[in-house]
Amino acid sequence: MAPPNGSPRGTWRMAEALLSVRGLVAGYGETEVLRGVDLEVGPGEIVAVLGSNGVGKTTLNKTLSGVIRAAAGEIYFGGQRIDHLAPPAIVAAGLIHVPEARRIFPDMSVRENLELGSYRRGKAERAANIEKVFDTFPRLRERRAQLAGTLSGGEQQMLAIGRGLMGQPRLLILDEPSLGLSPLLVEEMFALIVHLNAEGMTILLVEQNVMQSLAIATRAHVLENGRFALSGRGEDLARDPELEKTYLGM
Amino acid sequence: MFAPEIVIAAVINGLLTGAVYALVSVALTLVYGVLHIINFAHGAILTAAMFAAFFAEQAGVDPLIAVFGLAPLFFVLGYGAQRYIIGPASHGEDSNTLLVTLGLSILIENALLAAFGSDTRTIDVPYGFSTVDLGFVFLPAPRVIAFAVTCVTATLLWALLKKTDTGKAIRAVAKEKLGAALVGIDVAHVYAVTFGLGAACLAIAACVLLPSYYVQPRVGDAYVFVAFTVVVLGGMGSAPGAMIGGLFIGVVESLSGLYFGESLGQLGIFVIFILALLVRPTGLFGARA
Ligand SMILES: Nc1ncnc2c1ncn2[C@@H]1O[C@H](COP(=O)(O)OP(=O)(O)O)[C@@H](O)[C@H]1O
Ligand SMILES: [Mg+2]
Repeated sequence: MAPPNGSPRGTWRMAEALLSVRGLVAGYGETEVLRGVDLEVGPGEIVAVLGSNGVGKTTLNKTLSGVIRAAAGEIYFGGQRIDHLAPPAIVAAGLIHVPEARRIFPDMSVRENLELGSYRRGKAERAANIEKVFDTFPRLRERRAQLAGTLSGGEQQMLAIGRGLMGQPRLLILDEPSLGLSPLLVEEMFALIVHLNAEGMTILLVEQNVMQSLAIATRAHVLENGRFALSGRGEDLARDPELEKTYLGM
Repeated sequence: MFAPEIVIAAVINGLLTGAVYALVSVALTLVYGVLHIINFAHGAILTAAMFAAFFAEQAGVDPLIAVFGLAPLFFVLGYGAQRYIIGPASHGEDSNTLLVTLGLSILIENALLAAFGSDTRTIDVPYGFSTVDLGFVFLPAPRVIAFAVTCVTATLLWALLKKTDTGKAIRAVAKEKLGAALVGIDVAHVYAVTFGLGAACLAIAACVLLPSYYVQPRVGDAYVFVAFTVVVLGGMGSAPGAMIGGLFIGVVESLSGLYFGESLGQLGIFVIFILALLVRPTGLFGARA
């Protein structure tokens, strides 16, 4: 079988896709936000989903992690169909979603937040993984006893990602991790994503930072009107004149 | 003016009563803090637990022994009520939850009324009239026991919330439901566990109250009124606030009984309730909105 459109040739085949989404329809009550999304993420990839505000990127993530029920379509993760599963079972399978706006536990310490990251998965390796997260984010080690709600925005984002890593993700979904960070921290965030990926982490990256995302993404999609309007390799999309049109809706 | 020993004795007596208030209030505030609902069935559950303790005693089991069966039983009943009745019937709407718990409370109270009538019943336990001698004051043994049991319960609850994954999950859900769901915490399960813990606390309160109190189908209401005051005073959803507030209210009641007469003891509580609402108007609903 040929690799899907735009995937780096030979790195993986469709049948081996870690995440495979077909004809996904989802929304809120009567409002359809996603109207037929097809998405594949292969092991070791960074797949970026781009799109302007309110287009449905977060809705896609929430549907993948089971917080919102899909109205139609199929989601397969590691070969297992997961669109009927609730979040605990999806987390247990290793699909970990680091949400927009961090959603850390504000009145619990940094350490307690990390501990809860392994509530459903990775409990046996909890102590070792906390050390790994502290090695990745030395700031968090310094502040391990501090209440999470008192951390700076950048530190809270590190904590949110660290908490996600505690669940030993097979697929890590990052929803706008660079949102609200200073330019310097945005650079660090993208460097971190590249670093995690280099260590073998498969990542689905949702961003509004288009050019930086395309620079690190294996493949990327632009979401528009409930569907992917543009798809391709990151570097190709970055040069595609259609991108500006689609993305800016011109 | 009263002699210092008399005032100190009144304070100690107030602390003993306050401990049970604290226990009933912790249960109320815990459920509020996590589910963000005021459980209107709180008083009815306490009443039901007191009836359970009463009939256990009639069958020859002292309430202090029965508590080891009734606390788990009420945990299971509370868990089931939230998971299979209140939760599904509310469709995620807080206002529905309120109505469902109100309905549940009416159901329980009327069932008790139909089954047992409105008579007040009391039990006689061997330690019912024993006292603990502090030198300057004799304290009634049942209430000293109630105080001790409350302290043990509060410590266990604290350890559960601070040290165990279940407790951490409860605290996580209280403040950040989506974040909790995304680390794989089953929110519906945590809601039910919390409701069950609340019911178990009420069962414990019932078992320590009964030896020095009476039971009747509306007996829980008086305690719930006090618990509301305590919870508003201590901050909605704050367990330490409920503990301290409960003890404080107990002392206020005891002192106002001393100074204004036994029958006016509850007046002090009412004044505090109004004051708390005036001074902390956000206290009652602000935490949610
Ligand atoms: N809980 C909700 N209930 C109803 N509509 C929602 C809800 N969350 C998001 N929406 C709507 O769904 C659309 C997509 O939102 P979202 O997925 O958050 O977009 P994005 O993440 O791309 O900014 C928006 O129009 C938004 O208003
Ligand atoms: Mg979003």
